[in-house]
Amino acid sequence: MQVPAPFTYERATSVEHAIELLGQLGPEARVVAGGHSLIPMMKLRLARPDALVDINALGAELGQIRVDGTDLVIGALTRHADLLRSAVAGEHFPIFHDAEKVIADPVVRNFGTVGGSLCQADPAEDLSAVFAAVDAVAVLRGPGGVRQVPVRELHIGPYETVLAPDELLIELRVRIRPGGGSAYEKVERRVGDYAVAAGGAAIWLDGDTVSGAGIGLTAVGAEHFAAPEAEAALVGQPATDESFRAAGRIAADNCNPTADQRGPVDYKRHLAAELTTRALRRAAARARGQEA
Amino acid sequence: MQVTITVNGSAETHEVEPRLLLVHFIREKAGLRGTHWGCDTSNCGTCVVWLDGKPVKSCTVFAAMADGHEVRTVEGLEQGGQLDPVQEGFMECHGLQCGFCTPGMLMTARALLDANPDPSEHEIREAISGQLCRCTGYENIVRSVRWAAEKEASGPVTESEKPVEATA
Ligand SMILES: Cc1cc2nc3c(=O)[nH]c(=O)nc-3n(C[C@H](O)[C@H](O)[C@H](O)COP(=O)(O)OP(=O)(O)OC[C@H]3O[C@@H](n4cnc5c(N)ncnc54)[C@H](O)[C@@H]3O)c2cc1C
Ligand code: FES
Ligand code: FES
Repeated sequence: MQVPAPFTYERATSVEHAIELLGQLGPEARVVAGGHSLIPMMKLRLARPDALVDINALGAELGQIRVDGTDLVIGALTRHADLLRSAVAGEHFPIFHDAEKVIADPVVRNFGTVGGSLCQADPAEDLSAVFAAVDAVAVLRGPGGVRQVPVRELHIGPYETVLAPDELLIELRVRIRPGGGSAYEKVERRVGDYAVAAGGAAIWLDGDTVSGAGIGLTAVGAEHFAAPEAEAALVGQPATDESFRAAGRIAADNCNPTADQRGPVDYKRHLAAELTTRALRRAAARARGQEA
Repeated sequence: MQVTITVNGSAETHEVEPRLLLVHFIREKAGLRGTHWGCDTSNCGTCVVWLDGKPVKSCTVFAAMADGHEVRTVEGLEQGGQLDPVQEGFMECHGLQCGFCTPGMLMTARALLDANPDPSEHEIREAISGQLCRCTGYENIVRSVRWAAEKEASGPVTESEKPVEATA
């Protein structure tokens, strides 16, 4: 039986309380949200926090999905299953539903959270690519107040984020702009597995021209889970299959996959190109109202 | 620390270490051995119980996190001596062989039918996709869940219509 090393446990009753507890308990304390990344790591001693601050009671403060002005706001404690079910998220950004359908399995999705996924910063994590594609902003709160960090600057390496030990991820904000479409494409070895590779796209059209594009990639060593070179090449181009293929090739050329049990480098690079192309194609179809 | 978890409607209060996993609380502290535990890595789903009405993998939740919350286990499916239709379905359609994965499958199946009383085969497969069965190849599990859905759709069953108890 795998049992984590001992730790002290505290339950936060508010966001403020959680930040206070993290400050008191010191840098070896960790937040536990769904625990679906942290607890397996604690069992294997890959993580050994000496204290846990449980934020699961903060659903009212951190578990909401809502539209605030021109932003779609997704609380950090939103469970994967709730994002999958959210009509308002799916209406504005169908990429969330595409991705949540293929993150882990339905039972894991009942407890794993959006914020936990992003803070885990696993290099094969799906939502990091999704939020990079839609160019979301992460709202962090610490003892000194609130700061906003673009998701593309949240991760500073595998399993590493810019969050201070006493900072909480509060919510993700995505700007809603008219005329857009988005989609996510993933290849995994079997249901519920992390990606061999996956690509997300958000696209805005001005007639037949691409006026804005976001591309996110995971599991292929793309810096900050994004493909800015491919995005730059796409904007201003006609929204055609040819442009999407070219963007896919550029995205693949600029990522840095490593060989592992999920596949060799050339296969992953091939997937990066193909999945980016398919995500762009579907995102564009959705922007044109051709596909829900 | 002391935790109180309501398991199948009755409060279980025990002194535990914060690192005690919910699956072990259920088995060792509450003494309910119906919940199995296998892979310990959140992959096999044999430890699935309901936490506040939703199926979760109890090997990946600390008992401390469930303090003050409601848990339902496979022992809580039977009501007043009457098996739940999904339990009957597994009997009728040979949905279990060694029975190791069965408690988790039953809990997920019950939650599925509560949310979607008429699931397609695809929806059933999707619902149990986080759960491994090494015996039946899933065909009979899917049939068992369909059986339960159909039985529930046909309305309350009278005494005389009840399936005859299979003899071992
Ligand atoms: C069997 C299985 C399969 C999976 N498959 C996939 C998959 O295909 N794709 C995928 O992307 N993921 C997958 N996952 C990962 C799953 O999505 C994540 O485990 C989960 O969503 C992480 O969220 P959590 O709430 O469980 O985080 P936790 O485990 O609670 O936390 C993870 C980290 O984030 C920190 N943290 C959590 N919330 C906050 C916050 N609000 N502020 C600051 N820090 C915070 C914690 O301290 C910890 O360091 C899988 C997990 C399992 C168990
Ligand atoms: S024992 Fe919990 S998922 Fe396998
Ligand atoms: S019946 Fe044996 S593992 Fe499923």
